[in-house]
Amino acid sequence: MQKQNGTELKNKAKQLLQNKTVDRVAGFCAGEFAYDPSPCVFYSAEEIEENMIYDCFCSPNFSKFLVKETKKPGRIAVFMKPCDTYSLNQLITEHKIDKDKIYIAGIGCDGMVDVFKLRNKTGSAILKASCDNGALTVKTPDGDMTFAFDEVLAERCLVCKSKKHVYYDELLCEPSFETDTGRFDKVEQIEKMSADARYEFFRSELSKCIRCNACRDACPACTCETCVFGESSSGAESRENANEFEEKLFHIIRAYHVAGRCTDCGECSRVCPQRIPLHLLNRKFILDINRFYGVYQAGETVGQIPPLTDKNESDPEV
Amino acid sequence: MQLNGYKPKIVAFCCNWCSYAGADLAGSSRFTYPDNVKIIRVPCSCRVDPVFILRAFGGGADGVMICGCHPGDCHYTSGNYHTRRRMKLLFSMLDYLGIEKERMKLIWISASEGEKFASAATDFMNTVARLGENRRLGDLRCKSKTEQN
Ligand code: SF4
Ligand code: SF4
Repeated sequence: MQKQNGTELKNKAKQLLQNKTVDRVAGFCAGEFAYDPSPCVFYSAEEIEENMIYDCFCSPNFSKFLVKETKKPGRIAVFMKPCDTYSLNQLITEHKIDKDKIYIAGIGCDGMVDVFKLRNKTGSAILKASCDNGALTVKTPDGDMTFAFDEVLAERCLVCKSKKHVYYDELLCEPSFETDTGRFDKVEQIEKMSADARYEFFRSELSKCIRCNACRDACPACTCETCVFGESSSGAESRENANEFEEKLFHIIRAYHVAGRCTDCGECSRVCPQRIPLHLLNRKFILDINRFYGVYQAGETVGQIPPLTDKNESDPEV
Repeated sequence: MQLNGYKPKIVAFCCNWCSYAGADLAGSSRFTYPDNVKIIRVPCSCRVDPVFILRAFGGGADGVMICGCHPGDCHYTSGNYHTRRRMKLLFSMLDYLGIEKERMKLIWISASEGEKFASAATDFMNTVARLGENRRLGDLRCKSKTEQN
């Protein structure tokens, strides 16, 4: 269902290496299962030919990898879907990524599959999966199954904020535009609930957390070299079984630390093994910022001043 | 100050230049304010990291006040404008999580407003006393054995 298929990306990657535009390419190679391709860096056309893949399971946002990758010598090419480029812009704005060391090829996107959703639907092992023509076909020991793409799409893709690449060196797809799919609907719905219901909702969600820190590690806005949650003095460096305070402290502060910088790429919710809807916290901050300080989309352009660094004498009182 | 035998614990973060001096003036001018307001002096209201507030609640506070210079009067020019944005977002988030936002307050108090400090602290104490004990944002580890049971 992708607008670019694996073969097109392979050819492009080989071409970029051959004409020396870059000296390595970041992409995906097959993982252990059909639904978990893993990010790889390719140095030669042979490696690309042999191992590179691209399909509707290649969800990871590569912008964060570039923080480390651009510290190495040479230039790296990366294929990016629209949402990744917002995170990239934000990182360039924060001087975490050197533009001269990257080559971004924008690729079209019709959304990525949510593996948890898919696994729930198939109910058995997934041996093979292929996506084309708006449908996903999976091979299981119980036979083949086909799903309409919308049924298995990740939440962030169902409410995709933009199909527009805000940063690229080359665009492999048609230029596209921002979309309005009601990504704040759920937040507004929660706001209308009673305080007790809200408390109960978040308490039950957050108490599922096992503090694996995957949400923090995957977040392209979390790039501190030393994280406040890494040390014992934070009071929240690991899971406290009998205590809810640690989980509230962790989740409020995690979301707060990226407030105004979070582009709403959805990586936190995607990687959470406990399926906690972390985007509901991030989106609350985004929505509040829009309401109080004017509509702001982090990562839209390089060089924006984030709302929590900015200030105005006429800001509303608390 | 007590309400039905319950005495809330209040933490007040006061900026060194205005509010702390205001609290001092309240004392030297003999305006009374509740003795269960514990003042923590900070260089500027914008020194108050959201973590401080959560930790105060975790450590047993029932209410937290953040006091700073009036807008435009910050000793460091703009610290309180940043405080205002940060607290607005933090309080709104806590409210979203179902935690009573009346337990938190941001107040502007200048060095000459001793009386305002005393009355704001008293009012806040009354509000918090009505809400009762902070159950939604406390840390079990900070409670004594008897309180835990
Ligand atoms: S959020 Fe939009 S751009 Fe990002 S993966 Fe989903 S559909 Fe593609
Ligand atoms: S990824 Fe999920 S389980 Fe892991 S720390 Fe984050 S919220 Fe908790």
